[in-house]
Amino acid sequence: MTVKLDSKIPGGPLAEKWDAHRFEMKLVNPANKRKYHVIVVGSGLAGAAAAASMSELGYNVSCFAYQDSPRRAHSIAAQGGINAAKNYRNDGDSIRRLFYDTIKGGDFRAREANVYRLAQISVDIIDQCVAQGVPFAREYGGLLANRSFGGAQVSRTFYARGQTGQQLLLGAYQALEKEIAHGSVTMYSRHEMLDLVTIDGVARGIITRDMVSGKIEAHVADAVVLGTGGYGNVFYLSTNAKGCNVTATWRAHKKGAAFANPCYTQIHPTCIPQSGDHQSKLTLMSESLRNDGRVWVPKRREDCGKHPSEIAEDDRDYYLERKYPSFGNLSPRDIASRAAKEACDDGRGVGPGGRGVYLDFADAIKRLGKAAIEERYGNLFEMYERITAEDPYTVPMRIYPASHYSMGGLWVDYNLMSNVQGLHVIGEANFSDHGANRLGASALMQGLGDGYYVIPNTIGHYLASNKLGKVTADHPEFRAAIEQVEGRQRRLLGIKGKRTPDSFHKELGKIMWEKCGMARNAKGLNEALQEIPALREEFWQNVTVPGSGEELNQSLEKAGRVADFLEFGELLVTDALHREESCGGHFREEHQTEDGEAKRNDEQFAYVAAWEYAGEGKSPILNKEPLVFENVHLATRSYK
Amino acid sequence: MSAGLNLTLHVWRQAGPNAAGRMVDYKATDISPEMSFLEMLDVVNERLIESGGDPIAFDHDCREGICGMCGVMINGAAHGPMKLTTACQLHMRTFKDGDEITIEPWRAAGFPVVRDLVVDRSALDRIIQAGGYISAPTGSAQDANALPIPKQDADEAMDAAACIGCGACVAACPNSSASLFTSAKITHLGKLPQGQPERYRRALSMVAQMDLEGFGGCTLFGECQEACPKGISIDSITQMNRDYLWASLTKREEKKVAGAG
Repeated sequence: MTVKLDSKIPGGPLAEKWDAHRFEMKLVNPANKRKYHVIVVGSGLAGAAAAASMSELGYNVSCFAYQDSPRRAHSIAAQGGINAAKNYRNDGDSIRRLFYDTIKGGDFRAREANVYRLAQISVDIIDQCVAQGVPFAREYGGLLANRSFGGAQVSRTFYARGQTGQQLLLGAYQALEKEIAHGSVTMYSRHEMLDLVTIDGVARGIITRDMVSGKIEAHVADAVVLGTGGYGNVFYLSTNAKGCNVTATWRAHKKGAAFANPCYTQIHPTCIPQSGDHQSKLTLMSESLRNDGRVWVPKRREDCGKHPSEIAEDDRDYYLERKYPSFGNLSPRDIASRAAKEACDDGRGVGPGGRGVYLDFADAIKRLGKAAIEERYGNLFEMYERITAEDPYTVPMRIYPASHYSMGGLWVDYNLMSNVQGLHVIGEANFSDHGANRLGASALMQGLGDGYYVIPNTIGHYLASNKLGKVTADHPEFRAAIEQVEGRQRRLLGIKGKRTPDSFHKELGKIMWEKCGMARNAKGLNEALQEIPALREEFWQNVTVPGSGEELNQSLEKAGRVADFLEFGELLVTDALHREESCGGHFREEHQTEDGEAKRNDEQFAYVAAWEYAGEGKSPILNKEPLVFENVHLATRSYK
Repeated sequence: MSAGLNLTLHVWRQAGPNAAGRMVDYKATDISPEMSFLEMLDVVNERLIESGGDPIAFDHDCREGICGMCGVMINGAAHGPMKLTTACQLHMRTFKDGDEITIEPWRAAGFPVVRDLVVDRSALDRIIQAGGYISAPTGSAQDANALPIPKQDADEAMDAAACIGCGACVAACPNSSASLFTSAKITHLGKLPQGQPERYRRALSMVAQMDLEGFGGCTLFGECQEACPKGISIDSITQMNRDYLWASLTKREEKKVAGAG
């Protein structure tokens, strides 16, 4: 074990840790902050909030995004809402309850201290967003409205129609643009990070490619913050944006950062089913729809081909309500996804290929009227109709699970610093808060919490505690990294094989989905461990990338990302194979109860698996951070 | 499933910002009506790469109509023929077998072409930098419910805030005006009590920046509203003009700060 995993969790009672830690952390004098330069990669909720907030404090910030504007990061697509323990409903919510729900929702595989801090910060996030002008939904009295989300029995989700992520991101984006105008943030749009540069084990900068000119550039800094999102596109089809990729975190991993729990992937239960082989992505239908929609399949296989209106009430199996009476249609995502898969595997799926279940609003429309449903979900219904050409007001939606979110990510300590000094990781890119399953409306909370409130505090402590020597882009490590990036690019362009980068990505996605998707077993995982390296080998012999490196070249961008997914996918499968238990989004068929529920193994697996890169062709090294639960009882997760 | 469509595409190809561009024809055969417009372009590109050709560059990302990254002129209409629909959400069932489809980039002085169908929309970011925000540094906020906001105001702010910054309004406008984009932000923030302190300075600065970026003036053709995939109303332009005029007449200090004459 060469990686040292010190979680740096502060001592003292749970509720006082963050407060005590803020007092104990060193500060940077206001006049000295401008002397420090911090790189933020990614401009989503975490990245934009971090860049703006650190700039407001006085640091010099450079922010990088692969899109043409920071406003387009994929946080923008989050629909349903953001959780906060405001208890505005007086329905029994509290910081402790949000903490507990999140720990339990994550199937007891997250760190208590981080999650408690997240619940504490949640209340400030809503205040901050309202102050920025985020137009949250309101009641007629002018106060904020709430809705319910999966895995919670209180109503603590704040929302802006079905576009909560968009509005929160625009708030952070506008704060970022304000700081760009102020001159303390330099924005690099259409730039992709292709390597992390460490000097004597300390992160001192990154290598990027200007996606318009093709120029490979070195950027030096005193600290690097990655807010580069998740790796859901390893499945090819996912709800992620087409450009979402693992490259930044994977390159950091190859430079020494431990990758934690990559097998914790969230498969979201309510996505629009695939319509054919041409499919390029899957579209999510917000979990909030399960507030009013009822999920069902026919009881009998022979009814699957019928029009839903011809299937009598008694012949329908509302399986979530039947199996999980207390949470019903609002069962957490991992559970709802698996239940859908089970129904379809049982031959009772609906739609093309029998890969779909109904999400039916007929009862809600009868109870509340069409106008009320339109007010709540109008834009989602329109989106559904545009994609499927079916009207969900009159015909039930058809939905099916799809890859959506990565709970795993780079390992970080309580300060959100990886095991590489100076490299910080925030938002979906880190592993820390959601354990093995994320609850709905908690991703926005964590991204903004990390960006607005955690990293601006902890970065100062890092900078004030470490004497960082002066470094320039001429340093041999930067030059070597540039050469490496350029060499790899030349190699990709020089293969001139027969297959497109996308065709490899699709094939990888198929392997991942079939053998390491919603349900996994040793046989399939071992097969995947044969198939992925073989596919990777073929990629490096037979991929074709047209054009050159000195221009806008989308095929080259794609090829570089697919090459990284082909390496990362193997680590994900390795992690899934080693974790001999079922927990959250990781379901091993060998480990289930008699009625098909996940069977955790706390004795042997109550730890974070932090994988260390051992070099090309070598097996990754497993490091373990034991999870200590002092404040919650490790219970069997039940939503019955 | 209906049978595949066979289409002829006329696509604008341009190697770089300073290269000459031209229309090039492509056959798109056996296209499933279930595909999105961008998936159809994916198929064309895959075939181009496989046959040693040069794939068509186009911007896209979320493919669910919210990031605002995609956007092309399809048969002369920004984002194509479907109302309230971005190019990524437009499906091929909208077209018929044998159709000819002309695909061009956004055309506006403020949006220089980068390559093929990709344009540079950074001018829109600079308009936001000029004042499209509320100055509320992290940590300075009061309790979220301390400031009740009438539902109607919040809803109207949300209507304007739905803008995705795709630039279709500019592309559709005969004057290449960015008024709908700019006014949507002015309206979103101006409808809210939090937005009041900077309201007039915001209007002056953002309008000044819009002019500086080379966008044309608004003469109320209304094409922007028709093209907007998010249904932003042209009423927001009235709001912008009202704020701008009032500020120009009465707010001498703000004018100085905004650098708006």
